[in-house]
Amino acid sequence: MSGNTAEPARGYLTEQVTLRYDYAFGEVVGTFMDGLKNRKILATRCSKSAMVYLPPRAFCERSFEKCDSWVEAGHEGVIEASTIVVRGFEGSRPPPIAVAYVRLDGVDSAIVNYVEGLDLSDVEAAMRRICPGTRVSVEFIDEPQGSITDFHYRLLTDDGSAARAGGR
Amino acid sequence: MPEVVAVLGTYQSQFKLRHPELTFVEQAQHAAFGALQAAGMTPDDIDAIVFSLAPTAFMGVADADRWSIDHIFGAGKPMMRVHTGGATGGSVVHAAHALVRSGMFRTVMIVGAERISETPDAQKVLNQIFDPFYEKEMPLQTITTVALMANAYMQRHAITQEHLAHLVVRQRRSAMNNPHAHLKGNITIADVMASPMISYPFKRFDCCPRSSGSAAMIVGNLDSVREHQSKPAFINGVGSVSDSNWIGDRIVPTAHADFIDWKLMALAGRECFRRAGITDPINQIQVAEVYDAFSIQGLIQLEQLGFCSSGTAFRLECDDAWDIDGMVAVCPSGGTLCSNPIAVSGLVRAIEAANQVMGTAGGHQIPNVRNAVATAVGGIAQFLSCTVFGADIMKEH
Repeated sequence: MSGNTAEPARGYLTEQVTLRYDYAFGEVVGTFMDGLKNRKILATRCSKSAMVYLPPRAFCERSFEKCDSWVEAGHEGVIEASTIVVRGFEGSRPPPIAVAYVRLDGVDSAIVNYVEGLDLSDVEAAMRRICPGTRVSVEFIDEPQGSITDFHYRLLTDDGSAARAGGR
Repeated sequence: MPEVVAVLGTYQSQFKLRHPELTFVEQAQHAAFGALQAAGMTPDDIDAIVFSLAPTAFMGVADADRWSIDHIFGAGKPMMRVHTGGATGGSVVHAAHALVRSGMFRTVMIVGAERISETPDAQKVLNQIFDPFYEKEMPLQTITTVALMANAYMQRHAITQEHLAHLVVRQRRSAMNNPHAHLKGNITIADVMASPMISYPFKRFDCCPRSSGSAAMIVGNLDSVREHQSKPAFINGVGSVSDSNWIGDRIVPTAHADFIDWKLMALAGRECFRRAGITDPINQIQVAEVYDAFSIQGLIQLEQLGFCSSGTAFRLECDDAWDIDGMVAVCPSGGTLCSNPIAVSGLVRAIEAANQVMGTAGGHQIPNVRNAVATAVGGIAQFLSCTVFGADIMKEH
């Protein structure tokens, strides 16, 4: 376990813990996930503050009033922050992986997702292509399931049109 | 009248990958015993205990404050655990400060321990702090989320990876004078640049290590100072603030406090400095132990605390402004970048700042320190704290 015989270790007790969870959606998450199944990214809006939130919120964190309407976010937006994960975290997809927080058109906050279709063989060059300020489009997978991975981001092509490989 | 609060004694262990010769609770005991010894006190002199304990999934025993009670001489005393992630060690100082300042207790011992390498799944633990519906699926943890912010900051202010590397070289060099530090040594900017990329722009050398270790600090009122400590450090200013959980709310034009420039730290700093009577930080403060788990973090805080203007700290870094003989000694201990026992890292910043004021910092002591500032950062910088330690009592706070 320690792999270092120089340490004065007297031994180790090894344990592996598996815990299972079922995270209940509630109304707001449930509505968002149902929207994804219909290829819609649904945000909540507070009429008092005029803030539009993604991820959607039940209550406006500025006015402390209930968010009183659902609005559909645009399927294009601007990258506010981005990175390329090269190594060090074994998440659900093998690195390298590009992720970005994107503020979709019509929404005040940014929501994170993968950036697909990017050549990651040169990390420096790829980072320049997804730097903050870059516009991207939303692309849905062929059969949305009602989960956050139903969509991802894709760079716009040079003529400004969405580089869509599938989806709507 | 609120009580004056002072540091009576401190202890920190050596920080390294593992302490296989001890258990977690024995590490906490070493710290409690060490701080009592430093203050010339016994467990009977302690009125209450604040336990510094962040996520326990790293070391495996859930909520190990209970496991630790006997080892830190807690049975029979009031004891509370404080947990604000990486900011825990700053929050415990503020909690203990409030307990003494209010007059509720004469003396309070702050103690904690950490052993992150007890699990090889530390990054999985850190991914568990994210919202399960919208964020946890992504490769988000502390490294990648700070990297997201760093890329935007560096683009905004034209800061390069070499700027960051300059800081890494300085702090690893400073850490050579600190027997407690985990990572240390004479490295070059080329070494930093050649270390493997983790999450752009952070390479391995831009990131803190996973450290094991323990720390403790005893604070008390003026009566206890007269009894136990001829050269205390007075806790003259405290300020803390939290922000939205949602990173996506904090990097957009409508942000409450822009995360890219860490505007939140200006709020914590303003409150802290007002209490401590600090109006001109660069001339009144000689040491800044800012919490820097990653190379980008510490200097951004200096900007927000008013040591320099926004976007200039890394250029000043390359002029050696923050070296041990510069304008302000920034992390002469090597900082969190060189040792990160998460549960007590903020406490170690506070201990380092207090020790500099008390003249007990050892090989990395900076001469003539009248004021030193310590910060702590928790979550994805959702929890920030700022504390000023002074050689003189600041009465009007």
